[in-house]
Amino acid sequence: MAKTWEEINARIAAGNAVVLTAEEFAELAADEGLKKAAERVDVVTTGTFGPMCSSGVFLNFGHSDPPIKMGEITLNDVPASGGLAAVDTYLGITEPSLSRGVEYGGAHVVEDLIRGHAVRLKARGPGTDCYPRTEIDTWITLDDLNQAYFFNPRNAYQNYAVAVNSSDRTLYTYLGPLHPHLGNATYCSAGALSPLLNDPTYRTIGVGTRCFVAGAPGYVAWEGTQHNPNQERDEHGVPVKPAGTLAVIADLKQAQQEFFSAATMAGYGVSSFVGIGVPIPVLDEQIAETLALTDANIEATVFDYGVQRRARPALARVSYAQLRSGSIEIDGKQVPTGPISSLAVARRIATTLKSWVAERGFALTQPLEPLPQMGTQGVKPLEVRSEEAI
Amino acid sequence: MAKKRLDLTFPPRQSLKPVVYHLVKDFDIVPNIMRAQIQPEQEGRMLLEVTGGKEALADGIAFLESQGLTVREAASDICLDEERCVTCGLCTAVCRPKALTLSGEELVFDKDKCVYCEACVIACPRRAIALRF
Repeated sequence: MAKTWEEINARIAAGNAVVLTAEEFAELAADEGLKKAAERVDVVTTGTFGPMCSSGVFLNFGHSDPPIKMGEITLNDVPASGGLAAVDTYLGITEPSLSRGVEYGGAHVVEDLIRGHAVRLKARGPGTDCYPRTEIDTWITLDDLNQAYFFNPRNAYQNYAVAVNSSDRTLYTYLGPLHPHLGNATYCSAGALSPLLNDPTYRTIGVGTRCFVAGAPGYVAWEGTQHNPNQERDEHGVPVKPAGTLAVIADLKQAQQEFFSAATMAGYGVSSFVGIGVPIPVLDEQIAETLALTDANIEATVFDYGVQRRARPALARVSYAQLRSGSIEIDGKQVPTGPISSLAVARRIATTLKSWVAERGFALTQPLEPLPQMGTQGVKPLEVRSEEAI
Repeated sequence: MAKKRLDLTFPPRQSLKPVVYHLVKDFDIVPNIMRAQIQPEQEGRMLLEVTGGKEALADGIAFLESQGLTVREAASDICLDEERCVTCGLCTAVCRPKALTLSGEELVFDKDKCVYCEACVIACPRRAIALRF
């Protein structure tokens, strides 16, 4: 029997909604059948906690006396954007420190702010009639800021590449160090717990979807950058290569330190682990079917990062259950595997979100706009060409 | 046959003596140098795995000490800062001897398999792993 968003939200408001994590739902469906599970459960929660480079924060510092129109802004010596209004900035998490390089970057500033640490703000200004100050050097904390919110252009990738390296030297990539001659394989997805793998055709997740961002309540703001719904899909409609993405927004002041962690990827640069979770309503058996998929049912494609081109050769397709077993087979060779996305924290996110919905009345929102669907705009390459060639 | 991992400290004037040669020749010990920092006229360190008869090992260690070396059994040389660790598992992906593995959500360190290559130290995105040596 199909349920409506309104019915599910009424149960959440009354405190009697049945909420399970995606892993718990898959177990229930295996034990009692999909139909019963779909009828009994109202909401399934998801979670993922992996490095997500395309993240950052908007900050408003308030005005000093005399005021300054800030340009050349640094926070703990990490450059932030000065191209906004006088005391607004955007700090990208991959920005390295001017003095400490990739060992301390934008992500580390954000982590320090979440932890309540003081951060040094330095800026220069041109000196104008309304903003006469030309320099400022001060300290701020998260509490001091007027607004501080995440705006992450690309989070929660719907599946991701499994990386191997066929070359004869170690490669240092955003998926971690890759040993030569297919010496190891790394992967980055929460698999069966991952938000967009549970709703692969974006039926319930779209613009305006309430979600969990780094421990704070947030929203899906837009399709994420490089959102590509047109990737190859399996018989369940689940992409087997990196496909959809989410742009998300949330209050940095409500973020929790256990769900945001700065990272330095050796030989690559700064990134950050961002906790993302999305609650998915069990509207009917069709959505229940993908919610019940397990790591054994979801596959990713192995790409050779030893070929340093835009299109890397795809070497194999493997399930997340195989990846989590510790080794996969490629061309008859057993290749050890390791994740770069924390399953432990992904489970904590799904469980925390479950308690938000079941106990704290965290209502679900029907998307205001759907994300671009299959057949719409995919992802375009960047060609190097002259103005005359356009 | 027994196996031990020894953390050897060489005094500055002792670092050029061929002690490993004597372990093989005089005590029939099989040495495996896992990590070494030896410079002329400077204090040196070596992590040495030794395999041999129990008595031979005891005699070999006594020999090393008689040469002025400080000998300690290598303990847990990998230090994990659990506050910083987010259990992502990337360290397990670069650990060739499989000393670091994931058991469900738990990160497990088997020091007997560790060869102290530091791959995990370099790879850890949280800088949560340090090597004491």
